[in-house]
Amino acid sequence: MTFTGNEALALSEPLIFETGRREVTGVDIEDAGLTEDRLGGQARKTPIDLPGLTEPETMRHYVRLSRQNYAIDMGLYPLGSCTMKHNPRLNEKMARLPGFGDIHPLQPLSTVPGALELMGELSRWLITMTGMKAVALSPKAGAQGELAGMMAIRAALRARGENRGTVLVPESAHGTNPATAAALGYRVESIKAREDGTVSVEAVREKLSDDVAAIMLTNPNTCGLFEPEVAAIAEAVHEAGAYFYGDGANFNAIVGKAKPGDLGVDAMHINLHKTFSTPHGGGGPGAGPVVLSERLAPFAPLPFLRDDGTLVERSDECDAGETPFGRLVAFHGQMGMYVRAMAYMLSHGADGLKQASEDAVLAANYIKAQLADVMSVSFPDRPAMHEVLFDERFLKGTGVTTLDFAKAMIDEGYHPMTMYFPLVVPGAMLIEPTESESLASLDLFIATLRDLAKGARDGDTARFTEAPRYAPRRRLDETRGARKPVLTYEASSDFKEAAE
Amino acid sequence: MKRFTKDHEWVELDGDILTVGITEHAQEALGDITFVELPEAGRTLAAGDSFAVVESVKAASDVYAPVAGEVTDVNAALDDKPELVNDAAETDGWFIKLKIADAGAIDGLMDRAAYDAYLKTIE
Repeated sequence: MTFTGNEALALSEPLIFETGRREVTGVDIEDAGLTEDRLGGQARKTPIDLPGLTEPETMRHYVRLSRQNYAIDMGLYPLGSCTMKHNPRLNEKMARLPGFGDIHPLQPLSTVPGALELMGELSRWLITMTGMKAVALSPKAGAQGELAGMMAIRAALRARGENRGTVLVPESAHGTNPATAAALGYRVESIKAREDGTVSVEAVREKLSDDVAAIMLTNPNTCGLFEPEVAAIAEAVHEAGAYFYGDGANFNAIVGKAKPGDLGVDAMHINLHKTFSTPHGGGGPGAGPVVLSERLAPFAPLPFLRDDGTLVERSDECDAGETPFGRLVAFHGQMGMYVRAMAYMLSHGADGLKQASEDAVLAANYIKAQLADVMSVSFPDRPAMHEVLFDERFLKGTGVTTLDFAKAMIDEGYHPMTMYFPLVVPGAMLIEPTESESLASLDLFIATLRDLAKGARDGDTARFTEAPRYAPRRRLDETRGARKPVLTYEASSDFKEAAE
Repeated sequence: MKRFTKDHEWVELDGDILTVGITEHAQEALGDITFVELPEAGRTLAAGDSFAVVESVKAASDVYAPVAGEVTDVNAALDDKPELVNDAAETDGWFIKLKIADAGAIDGLMDRAAYDAYLKTIE
């Protein structure tokens, strides 16, 4: 134990609110010299607990924290269904061009023709590669894109005088799908997966009725499998007067290979920050444009771009046949992410995007093939798409759980895969390597997992149950954290004195 | 006598009041349970309706009404002590009491022996 609690470069760091002094600030602001205010005596009497820190202290705080974090820029990040791919630095260079980086959403449109052109070009690429009719760029991330798509579906149903109340969601769908449907007030009906991990058209037909508004299907699904009956499911859904929402989070598996529009999808969000690089912690925030079929295109939310490049911002600017369901965000969405996605698309080209998908699928199948004899592949008979699903059967009798296995991966320097999801199999481990990894990187990852699997089999249980041993924090008590969460902090003593 | 569903719920009838919970197998599979969302008393349920959500460190799962009925009581102790479901799934960890119109509705559910045999088939 050292005097400071630090271990060389492993620095311990308190919460920012537990540090700082009240009189300190990073900038000098002159006293504004106000003699009166218009708050009518409602002005705050006690100090707000903003941590008083100098600029270097603030920098150090966040840099120290960032050193305890794991990121795609540090190593392989096999988080299934999250597509943690490399963010090419060219994207960052383009996003920082002053014409994109320094513009303000309240600038007159006449001063930003370049930004509008880029939004139009991005729309064209997204529409072309999905085979859809229109795109709403503005949703801020995948779940909001889902919400936008489902609101377009609801608007379309209401436009024909129907008020349907049920949404079908297969259990291999993303967790946000039922949440989106429920948030809009729909009753969610689950559809069970078949033995082989896919959804059958019969199972969908059984649940269809004139109360079903839509099905929300993730394809490829969270078992990493392409749904073989997707076109038949779309047909059945359309026959019942319902719509087909396709979750696009797994689009990285099929770019340039299959168009959701051809599969009968009516609405699908696209995670620009997954499929087109810049994942969580790897470049930018989220952006979840939603593409719409011809039947839903009239209901696209404001603001939207017409084919001729004009931007429609208000409902009184709409032509006949343009019936937006409303507006989801204040401005135009995540401009910086549009630039990054566009840079990624243009630098790859259509053939490069297709190859990226092929390489992502190849990498997942390589992992599947190399681990099939020591871990349990959940669905060995069908080719994996961009991700491969394992389950806990290979750990049976070892005393090691999926959670322990994941924690041991942390000690080996890897971010764990998605675990315990999907719920279709017990103790799920969902691995998505993406196309970013070299063969050497994949081989090292595979060798590591093989060694871990062998350790579990050979009875080296402590390596798992005591993991992580080398992380900044040892095993956290997740149960207590969830049952008795501590959501407050101890203010630094300086603030406490001030408050007393 | 307790009866069981394929969704791993147990029921026990006393007069026209049916007590409903999740099975020992279900709590074991879910792991440490951190939160149980229960319905309001008075709610009417159709068979197959989702009436509760169980959150554990691994997952959030819906719980379905095995038969139709009206919720007369819920296990308020689970608010503060969700761990009751882990400790005593088939006794103190009950979820709701349902007033059912048709006592015969539970006849189609499995008895203990049939449920145990069913568990063997899904292992």
